[in-house]
Amino acid sequence: MAARTQPLTRWPGSFAAILVGILVLACLAAVLLRAEGGRGLGPSDWAAVRFTLVQAGLSALISVALAVPVARALARRRFAGRGALITLLGAPFILPVIIAVLGLLQVFGRSGWISQGLGWLGLEPVQIYGLHGVVLAHVFFNLPLATRLILQAWQEIPAERFRLAASLGAGPRAMWQLLEWPMLRQVLPGALALVFAICLTSFTVALTLGGGPKATTIELAIYQAFRFDFDLGRAALLSILQIVLTATAGFMALRFSVPATFGGGLDRLVRRWDGHTRRARIGDTVVIVLALGFLALPLLAVVLSGLAGIGDLPLSVFRAALVSVGVSALSTVVLLGLAIPMAVTVSLSRGGMVEMAGLLGLAASPLVLGIGLFVILNPWTDPVALALAVTALVNAVMALPFALRILVPRARQVVAQHGRLGVSLGMAGRAFLWRVMIPGMRAQIGFSAGLGAALSMGDLGVVMLFADPDHATLPLQIYRLMGAYRMEQAQGAALLLLVLSVGVFWALDRGGRWHAEA
Amino acid sequence: MKYLAFAAGVLTATATFADTPILTVYTYDSFVADWGPGPVIEKAFEETCGCDLQLVGVGDGATLLARIRLEGARSRADVVLGLDTSLMATANATGLFAPHVAEAEFTLPVPWDDPVFVPYDWGYFAFVHDRGIDAPTNFRDLADSDLKIIIQDPRSSTPGLGLLLWVKAAYGDAAPDVWAGLADNIVTVTKGWSEAYGLFLDGEADMVLSYTTSPAYHLIAENDAGKTAALFDEGHYLQIEVAAKLAGSDQPELAEKFLDFMLSPAFQMVIPTTNWMYPAVLPAAGLPDGFDTLIQPGKALLLAPSETTVLRDEALDEWLRELSR
Amino acid sequence: MLRLEDVKMANGTFRLAADLTVPAGQKIAVIGPSGAGKSTLIETIAGFLPVFGGRILWGDTDLTKVGPGQRPLAILFQDGNLFPHLSVADNVGLGLRPDGRLNRHQRDAVARAIARVGLDGLETRAPAALSGGQQSRAALARVLVQARPLLLLDEPFAALGPALKDEMLDLVSELVRETGASLLMVSHDPKDARRITDQVVVVMQGQVFKPQPTGALLDNPPEALKAYLGGGNS
Repeated sequence: MAARTQPLTRWPGSFAAILVGILVLACLAAVLLRAEGGRGLGPSDWAAVRFTLVQAGLSALISVALAVPVARALARRRFAGRGALITLLGAPFILPVIIAVLGLLQVFGRSGWISQGLGWLGLEPVQIYGLHGVVLAHVFFNLPLATRLILQAWQEIPAERFRLAASLGAGPRAMWQLLEWPMLRQVLPGALALVFAICLTSFTVALTLGGGPKATTIELAIYQAFRFDFDLGRAALLSILQIVLTATAGFMALRFSVPATFGGGLDRLVRRWDGHTRRARIGDTVVIVLALGFLALPLLAVVLSGLAGIGDLPLSVFRAALVSVGVSALSTVVLLGLAIPMAVTVSLSRGGMVEMAGLLGLAASPLVLGIGLFVILNPWTDPVALALAVTALVNAVMALPFALRILVPRARQVVAQHGRLGVSLGMAGRAFLWRVMIPGMRAQIGFSAGLGAALSMGDLGVVMLFADPDHATLPLQIYRLMGAYRMEQAQGAALLLLVLSVGVFWALDRGGRWHAEA
Repeated sequence: MKYLAFAAGVLTATATFADTPILTVYTYDSFVADWGPGPVIEKAFEETCGCDLQLVGVGDGATLLARIRLEGARSRADVVLGLDTSLMATANATGLFAPHVAEAEFTLPVPWDDPVFVPYDWGYFAFVHDRGIDAPTNFRDLADSDLKIIIQDPRSSTPGLGLLLWVKAAYGDAAPDVWAGLADNIVTVTKGWSEAYGLFLDGEADMVLSYTTSPAYHLIAENDAGKTAALFDEGHYLQIEVAAKLAGSDQPELAEKFLDFMLSPAFQMVIPTTNWMYPAVLPAAGLPDGFDTLIQPGKALLLAPSETTVLRDEALDEWLRELSR
Repeated sequence: MLRLEDVKMANGTFRLAADLTVPAGQKIAVIGPSGAGKSTLIETIAGFLPVFGGRILWGDTDLTKVGPGQRPLAILFQDGNLFPHLSVADNVGLGLRPDGRLNRHQRDAVARAIARVGLDGLETRAPAALSGGQQSRAALARVLVQARPLLLLDEPFAALGPALKDEMLDLVSELVRETGASLLMVSHDPKDARRITDQVVVVMQGQVFKPQPTGALLDNPPEALKAYLGGGNS
């Protein structure tokens, strides 16, 4: 269509996208330029690529496939504690990986709760280590994210459509065809690509639960290239490969996601007329209970192990918690500063390049980003002095794709619903942004800010080269406690981190929960 | 002339301002943790040196070396503390390190005469387990048992690499055979020591690759005598942790002074209960109570640093091949 | 006076041409079969759709390149005329200051307009808490404070009942008379056209025809329009 007059301009978002692109590409280039010749990619690297693709593909498919019934059940059921449950569901995603793995293994491990239960029945313990273990852990991490994304899309179907469908006497099948499938076709490819991209850079989870070097991922190969062989060229090549794979997934998602236009509706409470049959009710309850069990038991394990140590935490842990809160706040501000203009730009057109730039941060290996920033900063200043700023920046860039997934659909809706009216009132530009766009996206901004803040809180990302010993973040401090045999204190500190992350997520997501509860 | 006098004035002013020389020491992260040796050592050294000792913690030993290589000749570091015998040859080949003059009566299980690297502590790798299990007495024995072990990945972890070299040093060309035998005992391979030890404490395996000194932590800090290490009759692989000064240091004398201090009792007596390793120069007061309960390997295994570079790649290929089957 | 000089319009693959003059103070209905391009005409005049040939003039001023908000006109759409997250008063205030920073004068004007359309007391309500008729009144209050010399209506009252719709049309008619504005109103119902307009513009077969007196045209429509208007109850 010829350029229709739009209420907002595209350039701030394009500018933000270019900044992100430059950051990632400059890091890659810096690492490549610093390389001193290496052996290029060998057969073991290609084996790592194969394993990475298989595990990430399976993890994405299974996470998203399971998320659909969970999201549907949550969309149609109203029950006490639903809001709390939705917040809690976010917790696995924001836990530091190692803590989550310990929690998972306390439930599913060789001596975990399930194995013990089986033992009482005289059965063999669960065999958790292997590809299925990797996938299980990735589903644990990503099912909540996929569920939230799909749940949000479900709730963005205007109430009027459900009313219409109900008035037509649409049964479950018709409801699926009329409303649910078109909505899913729009949201599923993006969710799949996102989970795929997350799992692509997995390392600790894949190795620990994979049970051995068969489970070597690209990220581990990068780590090896840097730490073991000091082959920066190979590290950069592998990282480029990661980016290409993520970009491919991203492009496919953009291609296959068919924008469903449900049109406008006034912001009425979503009332549903479907799912009142006995079967649907029982089915939804079973799905919610299963998902709750799967996600909450490992969290419960983390909490139980943490309770023993939380009373006796050294002061340094609380100092680290303060540092983490600061980093997380800074990171959230940067995140929103990038994500909101980018979401606006994407909403004004298909914005493929801007969305791809958003994925870049996730696609790039955190290690390579860290090395690149180190190489770039080192000639000018002491990189460690900038450790916290760098951590905040990289965390924001890594959270960007999540924020975009959350913001873009709503931004599209706001522009579609109110763009013409705003333009006709001469509200184009700043007035539309502040008076219509941002209030209209309040819930989604809250959700993405909460997610970004919590992710930043739990992230160990680039700290390896940039660790500032005097300003350790909480995840680093937990890792240090573990490294000094202080497992009990580490688990106590992990509980503190869990409480802080979920707390900050909850606080920022209140707007989001308001939407989810509606 | 006036101009020159002014310039001289500025220079003196700067010199006065920077009166306290700064010595920058890069080390691994756990060294500088509140409960690590760092804080005590910093205080003790600053009392005698009239300088500001800045300890910078960077990941683990191998990451530390990678960081020094990234920074190259322009590194801010004057001293690097925390490399080990398996990294020495690679480190030396970078040409970034300078010979030392420090001397001491080392109490290491092996003779030491390296011109560049100065040892400050050491330990043996070993499989730690709860008392009460029927512990194996060597790798073959372990492979034949039903015991489950957790090890670390040699590509991402120092103990993991230590185990690789241990099997290679003990069995040479038969190492692949040993790994094939161990494959069904290995529950999983972790990224680092912390993950492995954490899983072990959670009961995921019977034994975990760690150090002969690990049970001392549980005994001394937790009053728990329930952990011990399995004594292997083919010998235990040795890890000697070393420090060296950088050739590009702008404080070479201070750096040398630090290396001397590192071998003095003030430093060495802190090591056993903060780094949980054996001191390189045993202080007159001896080891803390509890260390006498640790197993004493009959034979120390250590590949010469020059051999490690070649053997480690070969051993890694064998390890990957046998465990990927 | 609004003039469309050989204006070529498009919406997707759809094409429409117009050469048209709307004299000041004139009230004109735009009628034509569904899909003939009535909304395209209105949206092009409002500035949402680009012009591919010709010029749109307001007096001597060329509006062709002027942004929608800067054109001397106010518009009401079929739906979505109010922002759901803003109160009635805030929605009306947008007609004066898009950034909502009203001075006392302007706040008074808003209150007067709300009272004029009969919504006093409902200033702080959210649109969702209003009836359909009240929502239309709120939108008209905004049109009132906008005080533009041209009002475009793209069937904003289509969803209202006949009595309510007539009430709104009468209100529009009064407001237009009070302010002296011109009116261009899309309508499906010839009765609406008869109720408040002087002239009719027919949009049909890719063409916008010249205005003709409402009564005469509807009493005696051209052949092609007859089918659309249906049995002679007009």
